Amino acid sequence: MQTNNTRQATIIPGPRSKDPLAVRVLLIALTFLFFAGFIFMPLALVFSQALQKGIQLYLDSIVEPYAIEAVKLTLLTAAIVVPLNAVFGLTAAWAISKFSFKGKTLLVSLLDLPFAVSPVIAGLIFVLLVGSRTPFGSWLGEHGIKIIFSTPGIVIATLFVTFPFVARELIPLMESQGREEEEAAITLGAKGWQVFRIITLPNIRWGLMYGMILCTARSIGEFGAVSVVSGHIRGMTNTIPLHVEILYSEYNYTASFAVASILVFLALVTIAIKGVVEKNVHNNQ
Amino acid sequence: MNMTLFKGKQRKILPGFGLSMGYTVFYLSAIVLVPLSTIVISAFGMNPETFFGAISSPRVLASYKLSISTAFFASLFDAVAGFLTAWTLVRYRFPGRKILDALVDLPFALPTAVAGICFATLYSPIGWLGQFLAKVNIELINKPSGIVIALIFIGFPFVVRTVQPVIAELEPEIEESAQSLGATRWQTFRKILLPHLFPALLTGITLAFARGIGEYGSVIFIAGNLPLKTEIAPLMIMTKLDQFDYNGASAVAFVLLLISFSMLLLLNGVQRWQQKAYQ
Repeated sequence: MQTNNTRQATIIPGPRSKDPLAVRVLLIALTFLFFAGFIFMPLALVFSQALQKGIQLYLDSIVEPYAIEAVKLTLLTAAIVVPLNAVFGLTAAWAISKFSFKGKTLLVSLLDLPFAVSPVIAGLIFVLLVGSRTPFGSWLGEHGIKIIFSTPGIVIATLFVTFPFVARELIPLMESQGREEEEAAITLGAKGWQVFRIITLPNIRWGLMYGMILCTARSIGEFGAVSVVSGHIRGMTNTIPLHVEILYSEYNYTASFAVASILVFLALVTIAIKGVVEKNVHNNQ
Repeated sequence: MNMTLFKGKQRKILPGFGLSMGYTVFYLSAIVLVPLSTIVISAFGMNPETFFGAISSPRVLASYKLSISTAFFASLFDAVAGFLTAWTLVRYRFPGRKILDALVDLPFALPTAVAGICFATLYSPIGWLGQFLAKVNIELINKPSGIVIALIFIGFPFVVRTVQPVIAELEPEIEESAQSLGATRWQTFRKILLPHLFPALLTGITLAFARGIGEYGSVIFIAGNLPLKTEIAPLMIMTKLDQFDYNGASAVAFVLLLISFSMLLLLNGVQRWQQKAYQ
């Protein structure tokens, strides 16, 4: 649901202000105050809580078998979800940006649907679709296929919540690039696949990468939707965020924040990569 | 948009329309449309008494009220904090500006469960911030105000990232000329800046609000989830699912979806208005 122009903000340097010094100092101080309470403190808290009983306990909490299983499941989920949604993002962006057809506006707004849906509802719909109490689910169950409270359920719920990321990065980008280059190549006799590989892909590589990073970050961190379909079985259907929740609800705060610190670290890396990618998108244009 | 320019008779030179369009519609249906339709089918499939009974129980009504009001107050707070942040980031140069700018996205990047345990710990009576509030008898844990804190965090980047580009496009000359014509700072802000930034601000607020009413992970830790008091609507869905009350869960979810989608439609209207304002 973010608007298309959100990413340009950091690129445009913006005019310098002639506001009086007092106004400037006051507003900057207020901004820092807000950041202190809502951004810096939570970040500092995670590491302080995680390390409060020493580095040894911190490391133990991270390499403990259930934590490792949670990391494995989370990475497996991301490894399935990100390529699938990336391929979809590429195909959808190709269809939408390179051709004119009726209902394009509707299609583009449908792509954003998952952003408007509460994560809990994102989980619920798959319980209603393939849960063991539904006709389809019980048929699958008879054939030994379990989706809800099992890994496939986590994967499809994550597919749903991360569905729009790549597509909505690529569509505005490819639309702004037009189709002249590709059309020229086709006229000169290139094959469709060649055109895509040699012309389109290099043009959009940074946008594609950025969309995939957002998709990865969300698929690793998704909590609500996964919580509904997972069943919270330790060592089996626990992802990293669910593991954090379980440890926290058992009052095992140190371990909970230790595992959470992995997620914080990944979030900071995502933000850093975003900065690099933005610079490159900017330089390319 | 160039898509309207070519509408109609233009011959398709590029290949792959059928394949890419077919796959797009197939994947969209399989992952999004068919699963989402289960809520609608389920809501219309149950008898009306079950449906209205589920959504009008005192606990559920209280949860809707709570989700809407906390998301509302949080998005108003975000409007002020987000506007302030966007303004200082675009207009002023100060040490640490780039870091602040990057960290605006933290709420997008940080898993909601982590945000949840952070705020619950910060504001607990012995927490970094909670201990000071406890001295003046303010408690946020297990209170709607605690939920508002979590939702302020979640909605903050939506406002900053929608308002920021619009401030960046503003020419300071407009303000300067207003002031050279005798307007006070306040008049310039109210009569010139605010009307120009208002559509973007409203978009940001709507996005923050829509996100807030569906938010789950960051809220449940600080909320305490007391029936009738601090149970949010998404939690009601969760609770009904845990009791295998699928009808009840679908009914609550259906209404929540209706609210979200009407917010989206409203946003569409706002954006159309925004585009007109720039022409």
